[in-house]
Amino acid sequence: MAHRWTNTLTERDVTPEAVFLNRRQLIGSAAFGLALSGLTGRARAEAAEAPEPTDWDDITGYNNYYEFGTGKGDPAKYAHRLTIAPWSVRIDGLVDRPGDYAFEDILKKMAIEERLYRLRCVEAWSMVVPWNGFELADLLALAGVQSAARYVAFETVLRPDEMPGVSRPVIEWPYVEGLRIDEAMHPLTIMATGIYGRDIPNQNGAPLRLVVPWKYGFKSIKSVVRITLTDTEPPTTWNKANPREYGFYSNVNPQVDHPRWSQATERVIGTGLFARRQPTLMFNGYGEEVAGLYAGMDLASSSDGGRAAGPVDLPDLRPCRVRDHADRRVPVLPRVRRLR
Amino acid sequence: MKLADDLNRSIRRLPAWPVYAGSAAYAGWLFWRGATGGLGANPVEALEHAYGEAALYLLIAGLAVTPLRRIAGINLIRFRRALGLACFFFLTTHLLTWAVLDVQSWGRIWADIIKRPYVTVGMAGLVLLLPLALTSNDRSVRRLGSAWRRLHRLVYPAALLGGVHYLMLVKGWQMKPLVMLALISGLLALRLPVLRDMRWPVPRGAGVRAESPR
Repeated sequence: MAHRWTNTLTERDVTPEAVFLNRRQLIGSAAFGLALSGLTGRARAEAAEAPEPTDWDDITGYNNYYEFGTGKGDPAKYAHRLTIAPWSVRIDGLVDRPGDYAFEDILKKMAIEERLYRLRCVEAWSMVVPWNGFELADLLALAGVQSAARYVAFETVLRPDEMPGVSRPVIEWPYVEGLRIDEAMHPLTIMATGIYGRDIPNQNGAPLRLVVPWKYGFKSIKSVVRITLTDTEPPTTWNKANPREYGFYSNVNPQVDHPRWSQATERVIGTGLFARRQPTLMFNGYGEEVAGLYAGMDLASSSDGGRAAGPVDLPDLRPCRVRDHADRRVPVLPRVRRLR
Repeated sequence: MKLADDLNRSIRRLPAWPVYAGSAAYAGWLFWRGATGGLGANPVEALEHAYGEAALYLLIAGLAVTPLRRIAGINLIRFRRALGLACFFFLTTHLLTWAVLDVQSWGRIWADIIKRPYVTVGMAGLVLLLPLALTSNDRSVRRLGSAWRRLHRLVYPAALLGGVHYLMLVKGWQMKPLVMLALISGLLALRLPVLRDMRWPVPRGAGVRAESPR
Protein backbone atom coordinates (compact mmCIF):
# COMPACT_ATOMS: atom_id res chain seq x y z
CA MET A 1 0.00 0.00 0.00
CA ALA A 2 2.65 2.47 0.91
CA HIS A 3 5.51 3.68 -1.25
CA ARG A 4 2.84 4.51 -3.75
CA TRP A 5 4.28 7.88 -4.58
CA THR A 6 7.46 8.02 -6.54
CA ASN A 7 8.92 10.33 -9.04
CA THR A 8 8.21 9.38 -12.63
CA LEU A 9 11.85 9.69 -13.64
CA THR A 10 14.37 6.94 -13.13
CA GLU A 11 18.10 6.87 -12.54
CA ARG A 12 18.72 6.86 -16.26
CA ASP A 13 17.24 10.34 -16.54
CA VAL A 14 19.96 11.71 -14.36
CA THR A 15 22.78 13.32 -16.22
CA PRO A 16 26.08 14.50 -14.81
CA GLU A 17 24.88 18.05 -15.33
CA ALA A 18 22.97 17.61 -12.14
CA VAL A 19 26.17 18.25 -10.33
CA PHE A 20 26.51 21.66 -11.89
CA LEU A 21 23.03 22.80 -11.12
CA ASN A 22 22.71 25.14 -8.27
CA ARG A 23 21.10 24.16 -5.04
CA ARG A 24 17.87 26.05 -5.52
CA GLN A 25 17.06 24.48 -8.87
CA LEU A 26 17.95 21.17 -7.38
CA ILE A 27 15.48 21.51 -4.55
CA GLY A 28 12.82 22.70 -6.92
CA SER A 29 13.05 19.95 -9.43
CA ALA A 30 11.45 16.56 -9.16
CA ALA A 31 14.05 15.01 -11.41
CA PHE A 32 16.92 15.74 -9.14
CA GLY A 33 14.90 14.87 -6.14
CA LEU A 34 15.04 11.38 -7.51
CA ALA A 35 18.69 11.76 -8.27
CA LEU A 36 19.32 12.31 -4.61
CA SER A 37 17.07 9.61 -3.33
CA GLY A 38 17.80 6.98 -5.91
CA LEU A 39 21.49 7.19 -6.50
CA THR A 40 23.16 5.76 -3.51
CA GLY A 41 26.51 5.23 -5.19
CA ARG A 42 26.78 8.43 -7.13
CA ALA A 43 24.92 10.45 -4.60
CA ARG A 44 27.85 12.01 -2.86
CA ALA A 45 28.42 14.84 -5.31
CA GLU A 46 24.75 15.71 -5.42
CA ALA A 47 24.29 15.22 -1.72
CA ALA A 48 26.39 18.28 -1.13
CA GLU A 49 23.70 20.18 -3.05
CA ALA A 50 20.78 18.71 -1.15
CA PRO A 51 18.72 20.92 1.12
CA GLU A 52 20.11 20.54 4.56
CA PRO A 53 17.52 19.10 6.90
CA THR A 54 17.02 21.55 9.73
CA ASP A 55 18.75 20.61 12.99
CA TRP A 56 16.81 18.41 15.38
CA ASP A 57 17.12 21.08 18.08
CA ASP A 58 15.55 23.72 15.85
CA ILE A 59 12.77 21.45 14.57
CA THR A 60 11.88 20.47 18.12
CA GLY A 61 12.57 23.80 19.84
CA TYR A 62 10.86 26.32 17.56
CA ASN A 63 7.19 25.44 17.28
CA ASN A 64 3.73 26.86 16.95
CA TYR A 65 1.43 24.76 19.11
CA TYR A 66 -0.74 27.35 20.83
CA GLU A 67 -2.30 24.79 23.18
CA PHE A 68 1.01 25.00 25.05
CA GLY A 69 1.49 28.76 24.72
CA THR A 70 2.03 31.30 21.98
CA GLY A 71 5.82 31.59 22.39
CA LYS A 72 7.91 29.59 19.94
CA GLY A 73 9.68 27.94 22.89
CA ASP A 74 6.52 27.22 24.90
CA PRO A 75 5.65 23.91 23.21
CA ALA A 76 9.14 22.51 23.91
CA LYS A 77 8.80 23.69 27.50
CA TYR A 78 5.32 22.40 28.31
CA ALA A 79 4.36 19.69 25.81
CA HIS A 80 5.95 16.95 27.94
CA ARG A 81 2.81 17.21 30.08
CA LEU A 82 0.72 15.70 27.28
CA THR A 83 -0.10 12.03 27.78
CA ILE A 84 0.26 10.31 24.43
CA ALA A 85 -0.30 6.70 25.47
CA PRO A 86 -2.86 5.29 25.22
CA TRP A 87 -3.94 7.12 22.10
CA SER A 88 -6.67 6.45 19.64
CA VAL A 89 -8.05 8.22 16.61
CA ARG A 90 -11.78 8.32 16.05
CA ILE A 91 -12.52 7.99 12.37
CA ASP A 92 -16.15 8.68 11.58
CA GLY A 93 -18.55 10.34 9.19
CA LEU A 94 -18.85 8.97 5.67
CA VAL A 95 -16.79 5.83 6.23
CA ASP A 96 -17.69 2.13 6.09
CA ARG A 97 -15.98 1.22 9.35
CA PRO A 98 -16.31 4.12 11.79
CA GLY A 99 -14.76 3.72 15.20
CA ASP A 100 -11.87 4.40 17.54
CA TYR A 101 -8.63 3.18 16.05
CA ALA A 102 -5.89 2.53 18.58
CA PHE A 103 -2.58 4.12 17.63
CA GLU A 104 -0.64 0.84 17.99
CA ASP A 105 -3.13 -0.94 15.75
CA ILE A 106 -2.79 1.77 13.13
CA LEU A 107 0.99 1.54 13.27
CA LYS A 108 0.91 -2.22 12.76
CA LYS A 109 -0.92 -1.82 9.49
CA MET A 110 1.07 1.10 8.10
CA ALA A 111 4.40 1.12 6.31
CA ILE A 112 6.54 3.91 7.71
CA GLU A 113 8.52 5.86 5.15
CA GLU A 114 10.92 8.76 5.42
CA ARG A 115 9.85 11.94 3.65
CA LEU A 116 12.18 14.91 3.50
CA TYR A 117 9.77 17.83 3.11
CA ARG A 118 10.03 21.58 3.15
CA LEU A 119 7.81 23.15 5.81
CA ARG A 120 6.70 26.73 5.09
CA CYS A 121 5.00 28.56 7.95
CA VAL A 122 2.47 31.28 7.14
CA GLU A 123 4.69 33.52 9.30
CA ALA A 124 7.29 33.47 6.49
CA TRP A 125 9.85 31.12 7.96
CA SER A 126 10.71 27.64 6.76
CA MET A 127 12.41 24.41 7.73
CA VAL A 128 13.35 21.16 6.02
CA VAL A 129 12.04 18.23 8.05
CA PRO A 130 12.87 14.53 7.64
CA TRP A 131 9.49 13.15 8.66
CA ASN A 132 8.69 9.49 9.23
CA GLY A 133 5.13 8.52 8.61
CA PHE A 134 2.56 6.95 6.34
CA GLU A 135 0.23 8.25 3.70
CA LEU A 136 -3.07 9.57 4.98
CA ALA A 137 -4.77 7.70 2.13
CA ASP A 138 -3.70 4.41 3.74
CA LEU A 139 -5.20 5.38 7.08
CA LEU A 140 -8.44 6.46 5.42
CA ALA A 141 -8.54 3.17 3.52
CA LEU A 142 -8.57 1.37 6.89
CA ALA A 143 -11.91 2.97 7.62
CA GLY A 144 -13.20 2.73 4.07
CA VAL A 145 -14.08 6.09 2.57
CA GLN A 146 -17.58 6.29 1.11
CA SER A 147 -18.09 7.81 -2.30
CA ALA A 148 -20.16 10.69 -0.94
CA ALA A 149 -17.19 12.00 1.07
CA ARG A 150 -15.88 15.29 -0.31
CA TYR A 151 -13.88 16.66 2.62
CA VAL A 152 -11.87 15.43 5.59
CA ALA A 153 -12.08 17.21 8.94
CA PHE A 154 -9.37 16.83 11.59
CA GLU A 155 -9.32 17.64 15.28
CA THR A 156 -6.45 18.09 17.75
CA VAL A 157 -6.63 16.66 21.25
CA LEU A 158 -7.94 19.10 23.87
CA ARG A 159 -6.81 18.48 27.45
CA PRO A 160 -6.96 21.64 29.56
CA ASP A 161 -5.18 19.83 32.42
CA GLU A 162 -2.19 19.07 30.25
CA MET A 163 -2.24 22.10 27.97
CA PRO A 164 -1.49 25.39 29.78
CA GLY A 165 -2.22 27.48 26.68
CA VAL A 166 -5.89 26.59 26.31
CA SER A 167 -6.91 28.52 29.44
CA ARG A 168 -6.70 31.62 27.26
CA PRO A 169 -8.98 32.19 24.28
CA VAL A 170 -6.16 32.97 21.84
CA ILE A 171 -8.01 30.92 19.24
CA GLU A 172 -11.00 28.60 19.52
CA TRP A 173 -10.27 25.17 20.99
CA PRO A 174 -10.08 22.41 19.98
CA TYR A 175 -7.91 23.15 16.96
CA VAL A 176 -9.61 21.89 13.82
CA GLU A 177 -8.44 21.63 10.23
CA GLY A 178 -9.70 20.26 6.96
CA LEU A 179 -8.74 19.12 3.49
CA ARG A 180 -10.61 18.44 0.31
CA ILE A 181 -10.79 14.68 -0.27
CA ASP A 182 -8.43 14.78 -3.25
CA GLU A 183 -5.90 16.74 -1.19
CA ALA A 184 -6.23 14.22 1.61
CA MET A 185 -5.75 11.29 -0.77
CA HIS A 186 -2.74 12.85 -2.45
CA PRO A 187 0.39 10.73 -2.02
CA LEU A 188 2.34 13.71 -0.68
CA THR A 189 -0.10 14.02 2.23
CA ILE A 190 1.15 12.01 5.18
CA MET A 191 0.50 11.37 8.84
CA ALA A 192 3.86 11.80 10.56
CA THR A 193 4.83 9.70 13.56
CA GLY A 194 8.53 10.47 13.66
CA ILE A 195 11.32 12.90 12.83
CA TYR A 196 14.89 11.86 12.04
CA GLY A 197 13.85 8.27 12.65
CA ARG A 198 12.89 9.01 16.25
CA ASP A 199 9.41 9.15 17.73
CA ILE A 200 7.86 12.51 17.01
CA PRO A 201 8.25 14.76 20.09
CA ASN A 202 5.09 16.04 21.77
CA GLN A 203 5.78 19.63 20.72
CA ASN A 204 5.77 18.54 17.08
CA GLY A 205 2.39 16.84 17.37
CA ALA A 206 2.87 13.41 18.95
CA PRO A 207 1.83 10.74 18.48
CA LEU A 208 0.60 11.46 14.97
CA ARG A 209 0.06 14.63 12.99
CA LEU A 210 -0.87 15.62 9.49
CA VAL A 211 1.78 16.91 7.07
CA VAL A 212 0.65 18.65 3.87
CA PRO A 213 3.89 20.06 2.47
CA TRP A 214 2.43 22.38 -0.18
CA LYS A 215 0.25 24.26 2.30
CA TYR A 216 1.16 26.70 5.04
CA GLY A 217 2.17 24.91 8.21
CA PHE A 218 -0.97 25.60 10.20
CA LYS A 219 -2.89 23.25 7.89
CA SER A 220 -0.72 20.38 9.14
CA ILE A 221 -2.72 19.76 12.31
CA LYS A 222 -0.97 18.16 15.30
CA SER A 223 -1.85 15.39 17.76
CA VAL A 224 -4.89 14.22 15.83
CA VAL A 225 -7.70 12.51 17.77
CA ARG A 226 -10.49 12.65 15.25
CA ILE A 227 -10.85 12.40 11.50
CA THR A 228 -14.30 12.92 10.01
CA LEU A 229 -15.23 12.38 6.39
CA THR A 230 -17.93 14.81 5.29
CA ASP A 231 -19.67 16.14 2.22
CA THR A 232 -19.37 19.79 3.26
CA GLU A 233 -16.33 22.00 3.75
CA PRO A 234 -15.39 21.71 7.42
CA PRO A 235 -14.57 24.76 9.55
CA THR A 236 -10.87 25.40 10.14
CA THR A 237 -9.46 27.15 13.20
CA TRP A 238 -7.48 30.01 11.67
CA ASN A 239 -10.14 30.66 9.08
CA LYS A 240 -12.68 31.03 11.86
CA ALA A 241 -10.31 33.28 13.83
CA ASN A 242 -9.57 35.57 10.90
CA PRO A 243 -11.23 34.71 7.57
CA ARG A 244 -9.63 37.69 5.85
CA GLU A 245 -6.14 36.36 6.56
CA TYR A 246 -6.45 32.57 6.52
CA GLY A 247 -8.37 30.66 3.89
CA PHE A 248 -9.52 27.07 3.79
CA TYR A 249 -6.99 26.17 1.10
CA SER A 250 -3.97 28.17 2.28
CA ASN A 251 -1.66 26.82 -0.39
CA VAL A 252 1.83 28.31 -0.26
CA ASN A 253 1.81 31.09 -2.82
CA PRO A 254 4.57 33.70 -3.03
CA GLN A 255 2.38 35.91 -5.23
CA VAL A 256 -0.38 36.37 -2.68
CA ASP A 257 0.74 38.29 0.38
CA HIS A 258 -0.67 37.81 3.81
CA PRO A 259 -2.59 41.03 4.52
CA ARG A 260 0.05 41.94 7.09
CA TRP A 261 3.26 40.69 5.51
CA SER A 262 4.83 39.57 2.27
CA GLN A 263 4.89 35.88 1.38
CA ALA A 264 7.41 36.36 -1.45
CA THR A 265 10.39 35.26 0.62
CA GLU A 266 11.08 33.20 3.70
CA ARG A 267 13.62 33.01 6.47
CA VAL A 268 15.22 29.61 6.68
CA ILE A 269 15.41 28.46 10.28
CA GLY A 270 18.89 27.61 11.49
CA THR A 271 20.78 29.82 9.07
CA GLY A 272 21.76 32.43 11.63
CA LEU A 273 21.51 36.16 12.19
CA PHE A 274 23.03 37.32 8.92
CA ALA A 275 21.51 34.88 6.42
CA ARG A 276 19.72 36.05 3.29
CA ARG A 277 16.02 35.38 2.93
CA GLN A 278 15.12 32.77 0.36
CA PRO A 279 12.46 33.12 -2.35
CA THR A 280 9.30 31.18 -1.55
CA LEU A 281 8.24 28.67 -4.18
CA MET A 282 4.73 28.25 -5.58
CA PHE A 283 3.05 25.37 -3.73
CA ASN A 284 6.22 25.35 -1.63
CA GLY A 285 8.01 23.71 -4.57
CA TYR A 286 5.49 20.87 -5.00
CA GLY A 287 3.64 22.44 -7.93
CA GLU A 288 4.47 19.63 -10.30
CA GLU A 289 2.68 17.18 -8.07
CA VAL A 290 -0.26 19.23 -6.81
CA ALA A 291 -0.99 22.12 -9.19
CA GLY A 292 -3.43 19.83 -11.03
CA LEU A 293 -5.62 19.66 -7.93
CA TYR A 294 -6.45 23.32 -8.42
CA ALA A 295 -6.91 23.43 -12.19
CA GLY A 296 -9.55 26.00 -13.05
CA MET A 297 -9.41 27.51 -9.59
CA ASP A 298 -8.33 31.03 -8.87
CA LEU A 299 -4.94 30.40 -7.28
CA ALA A 300 -5.10 33.62 -5.33
CA SER A 301 -8.17 32.29 -3.64
CA SER A 302 -6.70 28.84 -3.12
CA SER A 303 -4.00 30.42 -1.02
CA ASP A 304 -6.21 32.99 0.59
CA GLY A 305 -9.91 33.37 1.23
CA GLY A 306 -10.76 30.31 -0.81
CA ARG A 307 -14.36 31.20 -1.39
CA ALA A 308 -14.04 33.66 -4.23
CA ALA A 309 -13.67 30.83 -6.70
CA GLY A 310 -17.14 29.54 -5.99
CA PRO A 311 -18.09 25.91 -5.72
CA VAL A 312 -15.45 23.59 -7.03
CA ASP A 313 -16.44 20.73 -9.28
CA LEU A 314 -14.65 17.76 -7.94
CA PRO A 315 -13.68 14.92 -10.17
CA ASP A 316 -15.37 11.69 -9.24
CA LEU A 317 -13.16 10.62 -6.40
CA ARG A 318 -14.00 7.17 -5.29
CA PRO A 319 -11.85 5.66 -2.60
CA CYS A 320 -10.80 2.92 -4.99
CA ARG A 321 -8.62 5.57 -6.58
CA VAL A 322 -6.24 4.79 -3.78
CA ARG A 323 -5.93 1.20 -4.89
CA ASP A 324 -5.35 2.12 -8.49
CA HIS A 325 -1.85 3.03 -7.46
CA ALA A 326 -1.22 0.10 -5.23
CA ASP A 327 0.42 -2.06 -7.85
CA ARG A 328 2.79 0.68 -8.88
CA ARG A 329 5.14 -0.30 -6.12
CA VAL A 330 8.81 0.39 -6.39
CA PRO A 331 11.64 -1.51 -4.78
CA VAL A 332 12.46 -0.01 -1.45
CA LEU A 333 15.95 1.35 -1.31
CA PRO A 334 17.78 1.15 1.97
CA ARG A 335 17.27 4.38 3.91
CA VAL A 336 15.71 6.15 1.01
CA ARG A 337 15.55 9.80 1.63
CA ARG A 338 12.74 11.14 -0.47
CA LEU A 339 13.79 14.59 -1.38
CA ARG A 340 10.56 16.55 -1.89
CA MET B 1 4.46 60.09 53.79
CA LYS B 2 7.57 58.86 55.51
CA LEU B 3 8.31 55.95 53.20
CA ALA B 4 8.01 58.02 50.02
CA ASP B 5 10.21 60.75 51.47
CA ASP B 6 12.91 58.28 52.46
CA LEU B 7 12.67 56.69 49.06
CA ASN B 8 12.92 60.04 47.32
CA ARG B 9 16.00 60.94 49.36
CA SER B 10 17.77 57.75 48.26
CA ILE B 11 16.61 58.20 44.68
CA ARG B 12 18.14 61.68 44.58
CA ARG B 13 21.55 60.18 45.26
CA LEU B 14 21.29 57.78 42.29
CA PRO B 15 22.83 58.86 39.00
CA ALA B 16 20.95 58.43 35.70
CA TRP B 17 23.90 57.17 33.65
CA PRO B 18 23.38 53.48 34.52
CA VAL B 19 20.15 53.62 32.46
CA TYR B 20 22.21 54.53 29.37
CA ALA B 21 25.02 52.13 30.12
CA GLY B 22 22.64 49.30 30.98
CA SER B 23 20.66 49.81 27.78
CA ALA B 24 23.74 49.82 25.59
CA ALA B 25 25.13 46.77 27.37
CA TYR B 26 21.83 44.87 27.07
CA ALA B 27 21.51 45.70 23.37
CA GLY B 28 25.10 44.63 22.73
CA TRP B 29 24.71 41.46 24.75
CA LEU B 30 21.55 40.50 22.79
CA PHE B 31 23.29 41.12 19.48
CA TRP B 32 26.31 39.07 20.52
CA ARG B 33 24.06 36.21 21.60
CA GLY B 34 22.17 36.40 18.31
CA ALA B 35 25.37 36.31 16.30
CA THR B 36 26.74 33.34 18.25
CA GLY B 37 23.65 31.15 18.17
CA GLY B 38 22.38 32.01 21.65
CA LEU B 39 18.97 33.29 20.55
CA GLY B 40 17.56 30.04 19.28
CA ALA B 41 16.30 28.90 15.91
CA ASN B 42 15.27 32.30 14.54
CA PRO B 43 17.72 34.85 15.93
CA VAL B 44 16.54 37.69 13.67
CA GLU B 45 13.00 37.43 14.96
CA ALA B 46 14.22 37.02 18.55
CA LEU B 47 16.49 40.07 18.34
CA GLU B 48 13.84 42.19 16.62
CA HIS B 49 11.26 41.30 19.25
CA ALA B 50 13.64 41.72 22.20
CA TYR B 51 14.65 45.23 21.06
CA GLY B 52 11.03 46.18 20.39
CA GLU B 53 9.88 44.89 23.76
CA ALA B 54 12.69 46.70 25.59
CA ALA B 55 11.54 49.93 23.93
CA LEU B 56 7.94 49.33 25.04
CA TYR B 57 8.99 48.55 28.63
CA LEU B 58 11.03 51.76 28.77
CA LEU B 59 8.14 53.71 27.25
CA ILE B 60 5.79 52.35 29.91
CA ALA B 61 8.33 53.15 32.63
CA GLY B 62 8.64 56.71 31.33
CA LEU B 63 4.87 57.15 31.24
CA ALA B 64 4.63 55.86 34.82
CA VAL B 65 6.89 58.55 36.26
CA THR B 66 4.31 61.32 36.58
CA PRO B 67 1.38 59.20 37.88
CA LEU B 68 3.72 57.52 40.36
CA ARG B 69 4.68 60.89 41.79
CA ARG B 70 1.15 62.14 41.89
CA ILE B 71 -0.39 59.01 43.36
CA ALA B 72 2.34 57.45 45.49
CA GLY B 73 4.55 60.47 46.01
CA ILE B 74 7.59 58.70 44.60
CA ASN B 75 9.65 60.97 42.44
CA LEU B 76 11.61 59.35 39.62
CA ILE B 77 11.60 62.37 37.38
CA ARG B 78 15.38 62.61 37.25
CA PHE B 79 15.41 59.33 35.31
CA ARG B 80 12.71 60.22 32.82
CA ARG B 81 14.99 61.68 30.17
CA ALA B 82 17.24 58.66 30.33
CA LEU B 83 14.25 56.32 30.09
CA GLY B 84 12.97 58.19 27.04
CA LEU B 85 16.31 58.27 25.27
CA ALA B 86 16.99 54.61 26.04
CA CYS B 87 13.54 53.82 24.64
CA PHE B 88 14.41 55.66 21.43
CA PHE B 89 17.75 53.86 21.28
CA PHE B 90 15.99 50.48 21.38
CA LEU B 91 13.48 51.65 18.78
CA THR B 92 16.41 52.49 16.51
CA THR B 93 18.02 49.08 17.01
CA HIS B 94 14.59 47.47 16.49
CA LEU B 95 14.13 49.36 13.22
CA LEU B 96 17.65 48.55 12.02
CA THR B 97 17.28 44.86 12.85
CA TRP B 98 13.99 44.78 10.95
CA ALA B 99 15.29 46.68 7.93
CA VAL B 100 18.81 45.31 7.57
CA LEU B 101 18.66 41.77 8.96
CA ASP B 102 15.00 40.90 8.38
CA VAL B 103 13.55 42.61 5.30
CA GLN B 104 16.90 43.08 3.54
CA SER B 105 15.71 45.21 0.64
CA TRP B 106 15.10 48.96 0.32
CA GLY B 107 12.18 48.42 -2.00
CA ARG B 108 10.46 46.10 0.40
CA ILE B 109 11.21 48.25 3.43
CA TRP B 110 9.40 51.12 1.75
CA ALA B 111 6.60 48.86 0.47
CA ASP B 112 6.08 47.43 3.95
CA ILE B 113 5.93 50.87 5.56
CA ILE B 114 3.21 51.92 3.11
CA LYS B 115 1.35 48.65 2.66
CA ARG B 116 1.49 46.83 5.98
CA PRO B 117 -0.68 48.56 8.57
CA TYR B 118 1.29 47.26 11.55
CA VAL B 119 4.53 48.57 10.06
CA THR B 120 2.86 51.87 9.17
CA VAL B 121 1.59 52.22 12.72
CA GLY B 122 4.94 51.35 14.30
CA MET B 123 6.81 53.64 11.95
CA ALA B 124 4.40 56.51 12.70
CA GLY B 125 5.06 56.07 16.40
CA LEU B 126 8.80 56.14 15.84
CA VAL B 127 8.59 59.27 13.67
CA LEU B 128 6.56 61.02 16.37
CA LEU B 129 9.28 60.22 18.90
CA LEU B 130 12.12 61.53 16.75
CA PRO B 131 11.67 65.25 17.63
CA LEU B 132 11.32 64.23 21.28
CA ALA B 133 14.64 62.41 21.24
CA LEU B 134 16.29 65.36 19.49
CA THR B 135 15.01 67.81 22.11
CA SER B 136 15.81 65.68 25.15
CA ASN B 137 18.65 67.95 26.30
CA ASP B 138 18.94 70.92 28.64
CA ARG B 139 19.50 73.42 25.86
CA SER B 140 16.30 72.47 24.04
CA VAL B 141 14.33 72.60 27.28
CA ARG B 142 15.58 76.15 27.89
CA ARG B 143 15.15 77.31 24.30
CA LEU B 144 11.66 75.91 23.78
CA GLY B 145 10.23 76.93 27.15
CA SER B 146 6.58 76.00 27.46
CA ALA B 147 6.54 74.73 23.86
CA TRP B 148 8.80 71.90 25.07
CA ARG B 149 6.07 70.49 27.28
CA ARG B 150 3.52 70.70 24.49
CA LEU B 151 5.91 69.06 22.05
CA HIS B 152 6.64 66.19 24.43
CA ARG B 153 2.96 65.35 24.73
CA LEU B 154 3.58 63.61 21.39
CA VAL B 155 4.71 60.68 23.52
CA TYR B 156 1.03 59.94 24.27
CA PRO B 157 -0.06 59.14 20.70
CA ALA B 158 3.32 57.52 20.05
CA ALA B 159 2.87 55.15 23.01
CA LEU B 160 -0.59 54.15 21.81
CA LEU B 161 0.76 53.53 18.32
CA GLY B 162 3.55 51.37 19.78
CA GLY B 163 1.12 49.27 21.80
CA VAL B 164 -1.23 48.85 18.84
CA HIS B 165 1.72 47.97 16.59
CA TYR B 166 2.61 45.06 18.89
CA LEU B 167 -0.97 43.82 19.11
CA MET B 168 -1.39 43.99 15.33
CA LEU B 169 1.62 41.89 14.49
CA VAL B 170 0.81 38.82 16.57
CA LYS B 171 -1.53 36.05 15.47
CA GLY B 172 -4.69 35.62 17.53
CA TRP B 173 -5.39 37.36 20.85
CA GLN B 174 -2.13 37.01 22.75
CA MET B 175 -1.63 38.02 26.36
CA LYS B 176 1.58 40.06 26.36
CA PRO B 177 0.63 42.69 23.76
CA LEU B 178 -2.81 43.01 25.35
CA VAL B 179 -1.28 43.63 28.79
CA MET B 180 1.18 46.16 27.37
CA LEU B 181 -1.55 48.05 25.54
CA ALA B 182 -3.69 48.00 28.68
CA LEU B 183 -0.79 49.41 30.73
CA ILE B 184 -0.17 52.16 28.20
CA SER B 185 -3.88 53.01 27.99
CA GLY B 186 -4.17 53.02 31.77
CA LEU B 187 -1.17 55.32 32.20
CA LEU B 188 -2.56 57.67 29.58
CA ALA B 189 -6.02 57.58 31.16
CA LEU B 190 -4.48 58.80 34.45
CA ARG B 191 -3.66 61.99 32.56
CA LEU B 192 -7.28 62.69 31.65
CA PRO B 193 -8.40 65.80 33.54
CA VAL B 194 -11.02 63.91 35.54
CA LEU B 195 -8.43 61.43 36.90
CA ARG B 196 -5.55 63.87 36.99
CA ASP B 197 -7.36 66.23 39.33
CA MET B 198 -8.55 63.48 41.60
CA ARG B 199 -7.27 63.62 45.16
CA TRP B 200 -5.36 60.44 45.77
CA PRO B 201 -5.19 59.27 49.40
CA VAL B 202 -1.58 60.37 49.76
CA PRO B 203 -0.39 63.51 51.53
CA ARG B 204 0.42 66.04 48.90
CA GLY B 205 3.73 67.74 48.83
CA ALA B 206 5.78 64.60 48.63
CA GLY B 207 8.37 65.17 45.99
CA VAL B 208 6.59 68.16 44.51
CA ARG B 209 9.61 70.37 45.07
CA ALA B 210 11.67 68.38 42.60
CA GLU B 211 9.22 69.05 39.81
CA SER B 212 10.81 70.35 36.70
CA PRO B 213 9.65 70.84 33.15
CA ARG B 214 11.32 67.61 32.32
